[in-house]
Amino acid sequence: MAEFINFYLVPGLVLGSIYALGAIGITLTFGILRFANFAHGETMTLGVFIAWTLVQVSGLHPLIVMPVAMALTVVVVLGLDRAFYKPLRGAPVIMLVIASFGLMLMVRSVVQFIWGVQLKTVLPGIQMPVVIADVLRIAPKHMAIIASAVALMFAVHYLLARTRIGKAMRAMADSPELARLTGIDTEKVVTATWVVAAALACAAGVLLAVDTHVETRMGFKLLLPMFAAAILGGVGRPYGALAGGLVIGVVEELSSYHWIGDVPLLNPGYKAGVAFAIMVGMLVWRPTGLFRGRVS
Amino acid sequence: MEQFYGYGLYVISLLTMGGIYALLTLGLNVQWGFTGLFNAGVAGFFGIGAYTTAILTTAASERHLGGFEMPYIVGFAAAMLLSGAIAYAVGKVCLRLRSDYLAIATIGIAEILRLILKNETWATNGPRGVSQIPKPFETLPEPWNHIGFLLLVLVTMAAVYGLLEVARKSPWGRVMTAIRENEPAAQAAGKKVEAFRMEGFVIGCMIMALAGAFMAHYLKFVDPNATDPLLATFLVWVMLIVGGSANNKGAILGAFLIWTVWSATEILTSRLPDDLAIRTAYVRIFLIGLLLQIFLQRYRRGILPEIRPSSPAEPGMAPAGAGARPSDSGRP
Repeated sequence: MAEFINFYLVPGLVLGSIYALGAIGITLTFGILRFANFAHGETMTLGVFIAWTLVQVSGLHPLIVMPVAMALTVVVVLGLDRAFYKPLRGAPVIMLVIASFGLMLMVRSVVQFIWGVQLKTVLPGIQMPVVIADVLRIAPKHMAIIASAVALMFAVHYLLARTRIGKAMRAMADSPELARLTGIDTEKVVTATWVVAAALACAAGVLLAVDTHVETRMGFKLLLPMFAAAILGGVGRPYGALAGGLVIGVVEELSSYHWIGDVPLLNPGYKAGVAFAIMVGMLVWRPTGLFRGRVS
Repeated sequence: MEQFYGYGLYVISLLTMGGIYALLTLGLNVQWGFTGLFNAGVAGFFGIGAYTTAILTTAASERHLGGFEMPYIVGFAAAMLLSGAIAYAVGKVCLRLRSDYLAIATIGIAEILRLILKNETWATNGPRGVSQIPKPFETLPEPWNHIGFLLLVLVTMAAVYGLLEVARKSPWGRVMTAIRENEPAAQAAGKKVEAFRMEGFVIGCMIMALAGAFMAHYLKFVDPNATDPLLATFLVWVMLIVGGSANNKGAILGAFLIWTVWSATEILTSRLPDDLAIRTAYVRIFLIGLLLQIFLQRYRRGILPEIRPSSPAEPGMAPAGAGARPSDSGRP
């Protein structure tokens, strides 16, 4: 039992909260700007490398420099919006998907050009896990990741539920036509969407980097699980993305637990396929997702 | 003389690769250009084709599934059939949803395929790949073996082009355009929109698998990098958008043009010192991405814009507006 919690459930929750933060951005751009943003994973990669640089320069803990990295990532993403998405805003939305697909490789190539492709770490050294009640062992970094993720989730909740701009964002995601009729400034909402998406993508990336390491393909590897989480939760539903992310993270880790006998239920090499399987299952069974998102 | 011979071989390889990319671009053109479907996993279907023919045509080896030693034609046919079958399954799930979902699902298929290719080492030899794939005409003397293979690629490309041109001008092609431009109207006219979309998607994926099969025989080797989204998906998209979507000549032109630029710049950058050479490789990707963005924003119709086949009832129908693809324009 302790083994199950220590090596499967806790890592699942850690991964799930990282997916959840990333998926909020995906679902908001999908719901408000109305396109699947393929460059979201690379936003994450970029944010991580900005954070890595800040850590090198300042020598501080990555979670302390994270807010600065988030702000810088937001600035870059707003610039990308102005240069590559805004000119296409009147065009059919599928053009935005192509643009984001192109941007995905452009951003990654810039990151690879500037920082190179070697593995890096933001937290050097090995940390000893904290032992609770003799059997539960939780690494301090895992506690820090879950705590940061929960704090960010509360911040997003406050933004969406209490502030004017957050309510406007939800209204846009629900029905853009009605939102416009009620006099919501759509450009402002678009900007706010990019701010939230970029900040959370950067945060999710930094948390992943704290857990594992820094590499240029990390964002792309997270893209599919994040899409799956957004679809599982219902497109345009930030709370759905939260739930979806947690579910997918936990299921991914639990899939290689030895449920029957001694062998892992699923070859760990196929872990990355779990998210895809869940996504296809949802598309077949209930494309609107758990929280009734939109499909058209 | 030696030097000219070298240049000649380079031109042959350039044209062979260009021809294989032209097949890929023609396949994508059926999906995006004519049907308006966004396939972000071209590499996946390309990889399915490459591995299918590789396993069916190679001699027995302890490293991977094989030993069937089938003739090439069986390899090509099986590659296309398997790819078509997988495309049908993907289409069944995604074609009824909005276009973004197909994009997500296809990029997912490509990544899953990569996982399978890496993990199922008994069949695919994992990351080390399948080697010693036979190559048509390889027993001919130099340089006729290269020329023979090039001709095979070009003849196949011309045949696919010819068939697609016939299809485009046929009633089938006109229904495709109608669905892409105005789906409700096509539906109101009694056209089975989903069935037509499925046909477009499956045919496109079969052509991509054919290209993959050619690549496997050409390089005599295939590994999981065949499903690299950069070389087999992204470049193909740039080729189609730059060449001109919904124009088969544009697709071929774009393929040869972009491949020439890509290959020539590789030669230039490989002469730089090692460290710089690796870094400038990323500059190339960035610039080709920028080219895509410029075409998307300024020249959306590409170098060779779409030409509508004239309808027998209304000769010289007016062409559509600025090349926009209003299939999704119902939403703001």
